[in-house]
Amino acid sequence: MMIDHPLLGLRDAQEFTYLGDASLIDRPDWQAKDAQDQFHDYLYLRDNPAGEHRELWFHETGDRSWLVVTRNTLTHEISKVELARDVARARGRST
Amino acid sequence: MSQVNRLSGGQVNRNTELNFRFDGRSFKGFEGDTLASALLANGERLMGRSFKYHRPRGVLTAGSEEPNALVELRQGNRQEPNTRATVAELFEGLEAKAQNAWPSLRFDAMAVNDRFSNFLTAGFYYKTFMWPKPFWEKVYEPIIRKAAGLGSISFEEDPDLYDKGFLHCDLLIIGAGPTGLAAALTAGRAGARVILADEDFRMGGRLNAETLALGDVSGADWATETLAELASLDNVRLMTRTTIIGAFDHGTYGAVERVQDHLPQAVAEKPRQILWRIYSRRAMLCAGAMERPIAFADNDRPGVMLASAVRSYVNRWAAAPAQQVAIFTNNDDGHRTAADLIAKGVNVPAVIDVRADAPAVAGTELLAGAEVIGTQGRLGLTSITVRLANGQTRKIMCGALAVSGGWNPNVHLTCHQRGRPQWDAELAAFVPGPDLPIGMTVAGAANGQLSTAQALSGGATAAVVALNDLGVAASPIAVPQAEDAPIALKPFWHVRGGKSRAWVDLQNDVTVKDVKLAHQENFVSVEHLKRYTTLGMATDQGKTSNMLGLAVMAELTGKSIPETGTTIFRPPYTPVPMSTMAGRATGKHFHPTRKTPSHVWAEEQGAVFTEVGDWLRAQWFPRKGETHWRQSVDREVLQTRKSVGVCDVTTLGKIDVQGRDAASFLNKIYANGFAKLPVGKVRYGLMLREDGIAYDDGTAARLAEDHFVVTTTTANAVLAYRNMEFARQCLWPDLDVQLISTTEAWAQYAVAGPNARKLLEKIVDADVDISNEGFPFMACGEITICGGCRARLFRISFSGELAYEIAVPTRYGDALVRALMAAGEEFDVTPYGTEALGVMRIEKGHAAGNELNGTTTAQNLGLGRMVSKKKDCIGNTLSEREGMNDETGLRLVGFKPVTDTDPVLAGAHLMNASGAVNARTDQGYVTSACYSPILGSAIGIGFLKDGANRMGERLRAVSPLEGSEIQVEVVSAHFVDPEGERLRA
Amino acid sequence: MAYSGLRIIKEALSGHKGWKPAWRDPEPKSQYDIVIVGGGGHGLATAYYLASRYQTAKVAVLEKGWIGGGNVGRNTTIVRSNYLLDGNQSFYNLSLRMWEDLEQDLNYNAMVSQRGILNLVHTDAQRDAARRRGNAMILAGDDAELLDTEGVRAMYPFLNFENARFPIKGGLLHRRGGTVRHDAVAWGYARGADRRGVDIIQNCEVTGFKIEAGKCVGVETSRGFIGAGKVGVAVAGSSSRVMEKAGLRLPIESHVLQAFVSEGLKPVIPGVITYGAGHFYCSQSDKGGLVFGGDIDMYNTYAQRGNLPVVEDVLESGISLIPALGRVRLLRSWGGIMDMSMDGSPFIDRTPIDGLYFNGGWCYGGFKATPASGLCFAHLMATDTPHDVAQAYRLDRFRCGHMIDEKGQGAQPNLH
Repeated sequence: MMIDHPLLGLRDAQEFTYLGDASLIDRPDWQAKDAQDQFHDYLYLRDNPAGEHRELWFHETGDRSWLVVTRNTLTHEISKVELARDVARARGRST
Repeated sequence: MSQVNRLSGGQVNRNTELNFRFDGRSFKGFEGDTLASALLANGERLMGRSFKYHRPRGVLTAGSEEPNALVELRQGNRQEPNTRATVAELFEGLEAKAQNAWPSLRFDAMAVNDRFSNFLTAGFYYKTFMWPKPFWEKVYEPIIRKAAGLGSISFEEDPDLYDKGFLHCDLLIIGAGPTGLAAALTAGRAGARVILADEDFRMGGRLNAETLALGDVSGADWATETLAELASLDNVRLMTRTTIIGAFDHGTYGAVERVQDHLPQAVAEKPRQILWRIYSRRAMLCAGAMERPIAFADNDRPGVMLASAVRSYVNRWAAAPAQQVAIFTNNDDGHRTAADLIAKGVNVPAVIDVRADAPAVAGTELLAGAEVIGTQGRLGLTSITVRLANGQTRKIMCGALAVSGGWNPNVHLTCHQRGRPQWDAELAAFVPGPDLPIGMTVAGAANGQLSTAQALSGGATAAVVALNDLGVAASPIAVPQAEDAPIALKPFWHVRGGKSRAWVDLQNDVTVKDVKLAHQENFVSVEHLKRYTTLGMATDQGKTSNMLGLAVMAELTGKSIPETGTTIFRPPYTPVPMSTMAGRATGKHFHPTRKTPSHVWAEEQGAVFTEVGDWLRAQWFPRKGETHWRQSVDREVLQTRKSVGVCDVTTLGKIDVQGRDAASFLNKIYANGFAKLPVGKVRYGLMLREDGIAYDDGTAARLAEDHFVVTTTTANAVLAYRNMEFARQCLWPDLDVQLISTTEAWAQYAVAGPNARKLLEKIVDADVDISNEGFPFMACGEITICGGCRARLFRISFSGELAYEIAVPTRYGDALVRALMAAGEEFDVTPYGTEALGVMRIEKGHAAGNELNGTTTAQNLGLGRMVSKKKDCIGNTLSEREGMNDETGLRLVGFKPVTDTDPVLAGAHLMNASGAVNARTDQGYVTSACYSPILGSAIGIGFLKDGANRMGERLRAVSPLEGSEIQVEVVSAHFVDPEGERLRA
Repeated sequence: MAYSGLRIIKEALSGHKGWKPAWRDPEPKSQYDIVIVGGGGHGLATAYYLASRYQTAKVAVLEKGWIGGGNVGRNTTIVRSNYLLDGNQSFYNLSLRMWEDLEQDLNYNAMVSQRGILNLVHTDAQRDAARRRGNAMILAGDDAELLDTEGVRAMYPFLNFENARFPIKGGLLHRRGGTVRHDAVAWGYARGADRRGVDIIQNCEVTGFKIEAGKCVGVETSRGFIGAGKVGVAVAGSSSRVMEKAGLRLPIESHVLQAFVSEGLKPVIPGVITYGAGHFYCSQSDKGGLVFGGDIDMYNTYAQRGNLPVVEDVLESGISLIPALGRVRLLRSWGGIMDMSMDGSPFIDRTPIDGLYFNGGWCYGGFKATPASGLCFAHLMATDTPHDVAQAYRLDRFRCGHMIDEKGQGAQPNLH
């Protein structure tokens, strides 16, 4: 597979390490009343879609960017690649 | 009697005669021959035996789809089983043996199976061999295994080299027949970066095998001219002997180039084969089509061949399969074979055409509306029996029968990404479906355009479309005038009514009867048919048989062929040597070898090394007179604890953390607090996974307000860094913090023992105060040593002794270890390796990899209180789950044998002092054990249920694997200096 | 019709006219007591045991394609009981004992062959872990032997002992482990279930569940609605997709595992070998092909195909371990979709929806579990209580922190 890195252009997926669903960005609030349940759902439950999937890849042997790749799990077509940091900020993560 | 069936003409080089041996007999052939063509030229039709019934078999095809003619090529460490004689290029001295035959190819004792074929029908083994129960493994299966299999290996290591490479192109063209050549010339002239790959050693495809003219030259000459022009273009790469084995994601193709297989001796230092990964922007499949056979009674005798293969042998290789060749066809293409044979002077006694309205053939008798219903000849065809249109039978003498059942477009690669082919009723064949791999187009015969004219124009046009798609302007080449015959074919799959078996899959001995039996037993899905009968599972993967099998099944079920469906085409397109896929990453080069900065020095000391991940680390340093590793290790431990020792700890992960928010970042990474760690101090830190399991421990040293150095275990250096980057980029993206892994940038040594300070005082520069007051336990700082060399000093201890870790830029690592050893001479300093390191950490009760096994919590480790509840950090929320906080759960404790001389085994399980010994009574297990020279006995640490409350209890440590059981006493894991006085001294 | 050697002789002498379909192709009825979704190994085994051991009267297995076409149809055929952790041990112990009796039970030769599995170790830490595991196996009633280098050499002299990057220091040998002819397992169970009245319905895709007042009362299918007292889902790689139709999210991701077979060879490897320093395991089928595999492709996917990097990784490991295979040719590769769970262990459990049961999360180890999985799932559905040996396989175990994590990799499915 080839991943179109937003900073570096097309790179072989072999340069990357795969983590999984990009929802892992949405780490719950540790002080919420039901924090344990929220963390359970966050860490263990997955949509696991057959189709478009937003997922985290780490450019481990490259520039060490975490990327959010939108990829179809049936065809492996990649429709979008973003810097995970930008995605995280857009989803309200900060400090 | 040399080359009795050699004809005139052809593309063999008669000036270079080659000697070769097959099955113990010597033959001669020519340069340009394959083993198969040379054997045919020598009048040899018998080339192999079938898998199950050991029936005599000859060559069926002239290409990589060959099911029958499999041989063991070469000898000794280059012995190569199951090589298809049809693609093995002849070279001087070639040696090939027949396989799956004993004692000889001509007389094979196992052919007795054929007598019992009526009992050995499809799937018979599922119905028997069940009684008595133990007989399967002891009796039946060994016999079956011995009888099964094809070729054999020598069990020697392959001496050849293999390589891997990467190529990039605008357009990858797969197949260099008329379609591929027209496409390549079109794209090449347009300036695109083109790769043209073909599995054959001579490009041109069917142009080399046919007598058809292109314009005013022969097809072969047109191919030669075209290739000459392509070779002159810098932007075109021609890859002969290169098979595209798979279509992978995003335009990536796997290709195997056979660099040296055609040479008598491999040229040393050059690879035998290369696995190329080709990154293409567009790809064109121009892989042509394959002729398919017709099933009829006893259609497997040597001499029964595909008609197109007969043309290839006659026209390209000037080798006649026999003196008399009959034709059996359901289409006009079969007639071409007759014409070519006659033109070469080969006798064609008759053309048997199933079509009642078949056109006449000049120079031979046409038997229209007739069918072949039987064949004769034990080791090779002698005659055939034909049922004429009027129902009468006639015997026709012939040494070969050329069979044509029509053509199947070669759709293999179009299906590698799960696309399904679709049915073309006119061709009575599957053609590529709509779901092609992205970026692939198909042209020519592979796309169902079977005439030469269609192939040429199809190739040129498709190349233009592909290039336009890439924004490259191109115009199709002017294609020469060529044959443009329409499809004239009557779908016809098998001759009905014969008593004898009619073969569908020649190699695996699957007959029409087997397909019928599968149907009778409801194995009607094509996948069930395949798996039940083994149809299409042989080394040819059913390239010539699958279509036939499913046509027969379709007939039986009354469904259409497209309704019946196809099995799945999977990579590789043709079989690939396992070494080719492995390349150079084998043997010692399987993984990179990482060496520590003191490696050369340690080698000089005669160190014994051990693998730690990809690292090589000194395990111990034997001295003169030491004959057992324990002597060396005990000495290193005792000497370190008594005076001072030095150990290379460079392999520990080091992560440089800088930024205004570095402290608050680490506070989130570690389970324990780091926000308030003063500058100049080190703290032990425990990292949890988000699920609350402890996964790594180490230290973080605060060199400045905004600068920390984090150390991790050797094993987790990469993972911890990855996780920290995840936290930094994905969880807390606005923290002002930067990370970089500096594991390789710093050489680091532990200097441990009561004389550690005295030793270091000789190294550090004068203005550096390392007194206990000036540089107490857990201090750190950036200093200079040896007259200005930049260094970092940490007062941390893994051994439990007064100890430091000192780091210098890696390029000074070798110098530093020598300086440390020189400075330590007066203290009788000892280097110590990973064994002594391990002994001392067990004596001290420090957890390491054996304890941090991915299932242990901080509580298990006795570090439960370290997990802060007052802050947000990775893992603390889920670490509070009920199942992970059992008060009587596993705790890390120490064990001493009750009898000093008893060994403690890591991996032993703990049982109460008395009572049953089984999984239900299991109390825990020993994780790490060693002999402690300080205590004079073996010791261990491990996890024990409710361990914290069981100090002093006696247990049994059992290892039923070794039949051992010893009494141990539960003690604190801190065997040495539990109060920590030494490390603070 | 019972199968036997005698029967074969009789049929051979009478033109093989008497062989009956191994299973029927019935039209679906409108209502069943129990409907099993998924005609793979686990689904068919469940149906067989429901009919044979729990005397459940009306059972149907619904399969969207052809039976045995999932992971039971494409795996590396290994069976074993070499587990470390409490929740797994008794389950796999039972499963292996059931394999040992399978052929006589089913009257079908699935070629259960206890040829021994050897897990190689290459470091001292691996030996310590192997000892802990081996002891755990013996304590749980299974068999294990710890070999040193010479012990391994005596079994497999052609492994790389001389020039290895990671020298072989020994191995853990599990003699009762081995291989089974995978397709035959599906067919044997199908035939056994069919003979006991189970309707096996192929080409019948479940498109939805009918849930009334919190209770599942049947399934919508491509062949119409089928009512059911209870519905059990055993669809492996499709678990998330199917259960999503019932509104459930699972602790499962789908990944592809590639596997490989070589051209047929005369006997080379009598048992099963797994490499401890890379991703490679290998055995040889009775037909002569070397059957081998390695790691999964790592990314979520439902495409039953993989990519080159993993192929190369597997072969690098393979040739590093067994250099003598260098000139042997790789014949075919394939990819199966694995329902990778969050701790590497499976689920056999009720769901929050009454009457709907789930069996899945087998990762790439489902084949060896087939008999016990079928029995335990049948037990659960027939009695509404979990089978003794499958009590740990609960869907809610992560909520309370009772993970069963043999590999210690945590909540990252692609590492299990």
